[in-house]
Amino acid sequence: MSTESQEVHHEEGEHQTMTRRRIWKIALYLSIITAIEFTIALAIIPGHPNLLKYANPIYIGLTLVKAFYIVAFFMHLKFEKVGLALSIIVPILFIIGLILVLTNESHHWITLRG
Amino acid sequence: MMWFFLLSDAFTFSSLLISYGALRFSASVWPAADKVFQSVPGLYDSGKPLVFVGIMTFILILSSVTMVLAVEAGHRNSKKEVITWMILTVIGGFMFLGCQALEWSHLHHEGFWWGSTPSAEALKEFFTEGAGTEATRHLTSQEFANLFFTITGFHGFHVFTGVIINIIITVNVLLGTYEKRGSYLMVEKVGLYWHFVDLVWVFVFTFFYLV
Repeated sequence: MSTESQEVHHEEGEHQTMTRRRIWKIALYLSIITAIEFTIALAIIPGHPNLLKYANPIYIGLTLVKAFYIVAFFMHLKFEKVGLALSIIVPILFIIGLILVLTNESHHWITLRG
Repeated sequence: MMWFFLLSDAFTFSSLLISYGALRFSASVWPAADKVFQSVPGLYDSGKPLVFVGIMTFILILSSVTMVLAVEAGHRNSKKEVITWMILTVIGGFMFLGCQALEWSHLHHEGFWWGSTPSAEALKEFFTEGAGTEATRHLTSQEFANLFFTITGFHGFHVFTGVIINIIITVNVLLGTYEKRGSYLMVEKVGLYWHFVDLVWVFVFTFFYLV
């Protein structure tokens, strides 16, 4: 695998490696997203408790955006071969399955707990 | 291979976080994060919700950035720069671990631990006013404490391992091992592990402190 990835680096040159400017740009995005999360949690929600139900989906959405930036750019998955990327991403679907099953299950536990 | 190890690790963390989600969904009340996490150790005892964890999150993101910069310097075979960025990454890791130790000891002093919660009177402060009965508050705080220490503990253990591995790699860089080998691929591989630790924190942070 090590020699493979080096070949890829040579073939496509510039596109492959993260330039320093790009690294700082992604770091800036990650910080901005975190700052937005804090603004929502500390400045917006305390004044408007009725908005709480919209906040959680926003947090989760922003978290997924952060996760995408870390995996795609910092971990370089965007520049790897499609086969490797797929073999990592497809099994994640099982996790989504488990989330669906257990959230559904937990709604039944409420009635069990009484 | 690192990728497949990380995939299996992702499954472990997901099962922990999903059990947390399931238990929390099925609970009628839950301790409010902005009431539990209010202190900045050494500065404020209470009244500063989420500030400290914000600092921790920022430290970990920054150490991830220094790690990519080390990898990038490795591509250019610039030994000096790799060393600088690796040392900064290690420092970031230690700072995060230190913060986590403070956070743990603070919660422990309040009475939260595996199998123990603060007294019924003290617990009231950690919930939205008037939420739940004494029994449900006690039950869910216990679940909260167990899950919090297990999940952040497991993550902290990963950070600790990551720091150790980073130190080993830094020493190897200093000794010139990769210079002789002609490639800094090992730096890239441990970099993957380090980013994964950051990635997991992003999720832990959202689900324990924000939601």
